[in-house]
Amino acid sequence: MPRTGRIREKLRWSKIYTFSCIRHPESINADAGPSLSLSLSLSLPLPGPGHSRIVRCNQPRAHKRKPLDYPTNYISTTKYNIVTFLPKAIFEQFRRVANLYFLLAACLSVTSISPFSPVSMIAPLAFVVGLSMAKEALEDWRRFVQDMKVNLRKALVHKGNGRFSNKFWHKIRVGDVVRVEKNQFFPADLLLLSSGYEDGICYVETMNLDGETNLKVKRSLEVTLPFEDDRSFKDFTATIRCEDPNPSLYTFAGNLEHERQVYALDPSQVLLRDSKLRNTSYIYGVVIFTGHDTKVMQNATESPSKRSRVEKKMDRIIYILFTVLVLVSLISSLGFAVKTKLEMPSWWYLQPQRGDNSHLYSPSTPGLSGIFHLVTALILYGYLIPISLYVSIEVVKVLQAMFINQDLQMYDEETGNPAQARTSNLNEELGQVDTILSDKTGTLTCNQMDFLKCSIAGFPYGLSSSEVEIAAAKQIASEESGGSVQNGGGIDYWENGGSGFGSSPEIELEGGITCKIEKPRKPMIRGFSFEDDRLMQGNWMSEPNPGTILLFFRILAVCHTAIPELDEETGGFTYEAESPDEGAFLVAAREFGFEFCRRTQTSVFVRERYPSSAEPIEREFKILNLLEFNSKRKRMSVVIRDENGQLLLLCKGADSIIFDRLSKNGRMYEADTSKHLNEYGEAGLRTLALAYRKLEESEYSAWNTEFLKAKTALGPDREAQLEQAADMIEKELVLVGATAVEDKLQKGVPQCIDKLAQAGLKIWVLTGDKMETAVNIGFACSLLRQGMKQIRLSPMNKELITQDANKAVKEDIQKQITNASQMIKLETDPHAAFALIIDGKALTYALEEDMKHQFLSLAVDCASVICCRVSPKQKALVTRLVKEGTGKVTLAIGDGANDVGMIQEADIGVGISGVEGMQAVMASDFSISQFRYLERLLVVHGHWCYKRIAQMICYFFYKNIAFGLTLFYFEAYTGFSGQSVYDDWYMILFNVLLTSLPVISLGVFEQDVSSEVCLQFPALYQQGAKNLFFDWYRIIGWMANGLYSSLMIFFLNIGIFFTQAFLRGGQTADMAAIGTTMFTCIICAVNMQIALTMSHFTWIQIVLVWGSIATWYLFLLAYGESSPLVSGDAFRLLVEALAPAPIFWAVTLLVAAACNLPYLIHISYQRLYNPMDHHVIQEIKYYKKDVEDQIMWTRERSKARWATKIGFTARVDAKIRQLKGKLHSKVSSLSGQTVVATPPPDVL
Amino acid sequence: MEMEGGSSSGSAGGTQTHRRFSPVRSRAFYKFTQQNLPACKPVLTPGWVIMTFLIVGIVFVPVGLVCLHASESVVEIMDRYDVECIPEPYRSNKIAYIKDSSISKNCTRMIKVQKHMKAPIYIYYELDNYYQNHRRYVKSRSDKQLLYGLKYKDTSSCKPEETSNGLPIVPCGLIAWSLFNDSYAFVRGSGEMSVNRKNIAWKSDREHKFGKHVKPFNFQNGTLIGGGKLDPSIPLSDQEDLIVWMRTAALPTFRKLYGIIEEDIDADEIITVHLFNNYNTYSFGGKKKIVLTTSNWLGGKNGFLGMAYIATGTFFILISVLFALIHVKNPRPHGDPTYWSWNRKSNAS
Repeated sequence: MPRTGRIREKLRWSKIYTFSCIRHPESINADAGPSLSLSLSLSLPLPGPGHSRIVRCNQPRAHKRKPLDYPTNYISTTKYNIVTFLPKAIFEQFRRVANLYFLLAACLSVTSISPFSPVSMIAPLAFVVGLSMAKEALEDWRRFVQDMKVNLRKALVHKGNGRFSNKFWHKIRVGDVVRVEKNQFFPADLLLLSSGYEDGICYVETMNLDGETNLKVKRSLEVTLPFEDDRSFKDFTATIRCEDPNPSLYTFAGNLEHERQVYALDPSQVLLRDSKLRNTSYIYGVVIFTGHDTKVMQNATESPSKRSRVEKKMDRIIYILFTVLVLVSLISSLGFAVKTKLEMPSWWYLQPQRGDNSHLYSPSTPGLSGIFHLVTALILYGYLIPISLYVSIEVVKVLQAMFINQDLQMYDEETGNPAQARTSNLNEELGQVDTILSDKTGTLTCNQMDFLKCSIAGFPYGLSSSEVEIAAAKQIASEESGGSVQNGGGIDYWENGGSGFGSSPEIELEGGITCKIEKPRKPMIRGFSFEDDRLMQGNWMSEPNPGTILLFFRILAVCHTAIPELDEETGGFTYEAESPDEGAFLVAAREFGFEFCRRTQTSVFVRERYPSSAEPIEREFKILNLLEFNSKRKRMSVVIRDENGQLLLLCKGADSIIFDRLSKNGRMYEADTSKHLNEYGEAGLRTLALAYRKLEESEYSAWNTEFLKAKTALGPDREAQLEQAADMIEKELVLVGATAVEDKLQKGVPQCIDKLAQAGLKIWVLTGDKMETAVNIGFACSLLRQGMKQIRLSPMNKELITQDANKAVKEDIQKQITNASQMIKLETDPHAAFALIIDGKALTYALEEDMKHQFLSLAVDCASVICCRVSPKQKALVTRLVKEGTGKVTLAIGDGANDVGMIQEADIGVGISGVEGMQAVMASDFSISQFRYLERLLVVHGHWCYKRIAQMICYFFYKNIAFGLTLFYFEAYTGFSGQSVYDDWYMILFNVLLTSLPVISLGVFEQDVSSEVCLQFPALYQQGAKNLFFDWYRIIGWMANGLYSSLMIFFLNIGIFFTQAFLRGGQTADMAAIGTTMFTCIICAVNMQIALTMSHFTWIQIVLVWGSIATWYLFLLAYGESSPLVSGDAFRLLVEALAPAPIFWAVTLLVAAACNLPYLIHISYQRLYNPMDHHVIQEIKYYKKDVEDQIMWTRERSKARWATKIGFTARVDAKIRQLKGKLHSKVSSLSGQTVVATPPPDVL
Repeated sequence: MEMEGGSSSGSAGGTQTHRRFSPVRSRAFYKFTQQNLPACKPVLTPGWVIMTFLIVGIVFVPVGLVCLHASESVVEIMDRYDVECIPEPYRSNKIAYIKDSSISKNCTRMIKVQKHMKAPIYIYYELDNYYQNHRRYVKSRSDKQLLYGLKYKDTSSCKPEETSNGLPIVPCGLIAWSLFNDSYAFVRGSGEMSVNRKNIAWKSDREHKFGKHVKPFNFQNGTLIGGGKLDPSIPLSDQEDLIVWMRTAALPTFRKLYGIIEEDIDADEIITVHLFNNYNTYSFGGKKKIVLTTSNWLGGKNGFLGMAYIATGTFFILISVLFALIHVKNPRPHGDPTYWSWNRKSNAS
């Protein structure tokens, strides 16, 4: 069905549009005639280096052979393939110093230098490395599956003879002709040939590439327009010569050779992979770049492997331990050399004179023996380095990631997307975030606009309140009602956007508007949340100024560039608009009774419904001119002729622009309207002002000739001329009113931002959108509020065409920054908050080497920072600046391909797995489906993971020091000969089995406080951000604890087992007995230690801790029962010697108690006299004080937040302060009167 | 039109992970995945802290007293003989004396028993500065050969004492080679006391680690003679001296069981020990002692365990008292919100 897309009336947009469809001179000439274009082709930029690509259109076969054999459209983001996995993964593993060390040790273990048997060195290493590699393989497999999902998407490809059929994306080749339908993604970089519109225009959404929400217009060459249905491609051939693959999204150079004519190509004919076809029923295109050659893939940088700060610090600790290891080994080998030289000759029982050629124990060459011994010692004391630390951490992180993935409170029912930890390396980093850099569209907002309020002729209409107002109202209500909010309300706080306030359904808002907070606004019409009966169902007729209202509606219905589309099922119209705002206006107009129903080349038809007549009246408005919107003009207008022949200019635009252009008698409603606009702005709404102007016939025709002249002008200043012409008519306007559209925030965003702010996080918004939009969203998210001092940095408006323009602008920015810093410094009010709003242009200068630190320090001083119109590159640069400049953990969150750079650059990248493409998610470390889940991800999972990992690493070092050092002490008693007191098997099992599971359970299951409490007390998050659990003080404390334990274990055992008999039968203890007892003591002590470290015991921890101790005894039993040739001196040791000896049990008990004494004292003391925040919460929970004393609990919960200047809580606070201030001045003026000192309830 | 429908769902389906994420209904598993398992969350309240320390202390001190008492009740007599047993003329050159096999190493020592000793009385020899735990020494043995004798050929682990005169040695290795060979005989007023030299080794060693049919072979035949010789007619499993010796000691000072006297010795009795002072400890200046001791449930005499228990226990009690005092004097109400950092900070400012 090739023709279905053209049900709609054909439109030639190029005739309607004024600015966007400017044809380049070359192509205009090309249209003029083939002969001309041929001659012109000679002057085209000749294919030079970097422009060697040749594409034979519609001849994919030509691209199967060299030299045109370009890569296929198959994309792969995996790190390994089957062949490279083993070598590459092994190489990765042994890049870790610790692993390399153990590899060397394992290699040496086959020689006689090693103090251990080879198996005891190789087995743990193989286990550890094998496990890590398995994890690596699993993660790569997941990447592969994701790639395949993309590769196996289908697209319609020309098969020959004018037939198109579905083909997998990865099979698409260069030269294929592809047909892409509406709302589909382009499978590769395409050259646009023709579209559903007659003049080959199509609309493209590039949000995935650059984050801009406005649709882009692309247009095909005139010459390819005839190829407009499937059959026409039967004999189509052409050759494209163009640039080689490169990452620049906005450039393209090349030409098309068709029927011996050459036509120049420019970026407006190129459709990039991962952008989406919108508002156009279909297009045909030729594949130019495929797979990794496409611009978007060229932009994809290899995602850097990120390591968390905790791990980096851990590496330093490992280096410290290595130093200790070397030191201890040096002492040991020195001791050995001395002993060997001085004493060994007299130790006849060692037969010192009979060296076995290896010089290992040769008194004659003590130096050499000493050097050999150094190697031995390095291996022997290797237990100081926890071999299993890395692998345990990896296991723990995978399990933690599993919990994150499984968390139902981060599971989005609508899309079915759970949260996903895509790399598990960064779990604990989530608990240490300092700055969040957020994208706007798709992340904070849904990119859906809702018509919410309007102001017409100075009267405000619209009763429903924006989310910001609702959130703030709730905040006030909850502060007032004190304890009425039920404990655990933290959760339903989210769920019922506006409900949950059964007790106080009506909250008075400022301005006397009663806002009903009930179950979220009635069954919603997409784009329309307006509620006010005064305007609905034609009631507006009885309002004071019905004429103005009528005009207002007509402006909404007529002044736009949208196309109506009949919905076959409902019979209503849906609109395809360039921006969602426009869509919202049309929906609003429709609901008010002004249904835009048809657009022709020259007219717009509106069905107007009046209460007086049952049938709607269809009116035609002739569109004479359309002056469309662009970011410079910030307004759009149409010139129409209505049915009465009256010429009207209808205009909508940014309020500041419109207000400047009002005529003297058009300012009737200016004061009221601007008051309303302020209110709307404060409520976080996007506002536009509407105005009109009546035109005289003569005036218009004069202008129109001028305008046509500009329109047809050639040369670079055509655009300037057009603008000038537009300027001439867009003045002397009469203000009609203003609209307020809610840029629909994603669910729960204000609350989430508020909580994150309370948790002490700074939030920066980086957006590709306009400054106004960004500021509005800033208000909506409470990142900005009235009374906040806004510092706006943007370059001067003057267009300096001098060569030192750059310098001048830079100096200007420099001055602005300096002034702003000065202003902040001089500010004395502690509550004063500053907001920095910076434009992308200004940012380019601010990010330059010499200025960036000044900029950063200014930005850090501001409570909120909003960067608008920033390119993807700049996002990444800003992120890097914050990351490197502050040295704190940054988190970047975004949803589109334009956020990829920032996501990769930040310490943690979070992708929103929403509706848009997968680039952001693919590049991210974590993906969530809604911004609001970020709170739980950070405040709950981040907090937990950070504490878990920190405690786990500390404990790991503790246990290995406690164990490893006993080996060293024993050396001193063996003449430093390198003999270990423990059996090889004990040592293998120590790290792998006997002490690993409890510590893993600590790392996976520990919870200092429950998730509800984490959310209720966001201030707890700062424990991680301040790194309280992994600072050097704590690490060294744990190491000292290990040292102490090792001393206790060794010397108590030695003292107790000294020389006397330990058995009833009179036998004395030999090395096996002492070694085994000592080892038992270690196992008991370290497992008891971990039990003391934990504060949360589920059956799993209990089983694992006790299980580890039990496993040790069971192992000893089993090992003792094995063949004496295997177990050696440990044969039946437990059964025959140790278990019957009371002294064995007595020692274990004593040592375990003595080892844990200092830690027990420490935690007892800390808890009793210097408790940390979570300790107090644990106690309150323990005594159930939160249930008994709910008032206290609620009060404290509201206090438990970081001093913040953003978020709606701060906004409410500011408002209260302001009212109190007013009250105080009143009190002072009305001295003598008694005044109630509480703020009135109707704040805000 | 099938393409229209297909495309809209296709583009949506293609772009997101449509992983069907079915919340598991099973309650226990649900609680597990939501990290919501029932848990015990003990809190160290002052009461708990004080009680814990106190109880540990209260348990430890009596245990220590019992151990100390047990150790005190053991009667132990020690006699160092390495110097005394060398005749005066040789005292300046002890090594020459001990190496000279032509001189008789006979020696007699008189030991006065201070307290009544109840049978069984254990006889030990004690050596010091003797590194039985040296790696070269510990590794120089072959458990397989000890069990299988000549049938097991690979004795490389016994270096440097694996062969002699081209023939394998059974038992091989430095440990066996350096077997202790002083011998003692005890005489009391009434006559010679019988010394039981059976069952001095660990039962499992005798039965499972030393072959019942493995007899010493080519032992101490080399140019270097180490310690004692073994009777080639007796299987290793019965050579208990060797078995005891082969359990290497952990410390350079060690005792090993020599035999058991199965009769009581009264207080103030004088025991005469006839000994052969064969073993060379003079090269490395090690002492040799003979030890007679009784034993009880705790083993031999060593007050360290008792003292350690008492010390630890006392310390625990002291800490408990200290905490109690601080708590009484300056109690911190538990779960007091004023201790939160945010409250403390606002107080400070």
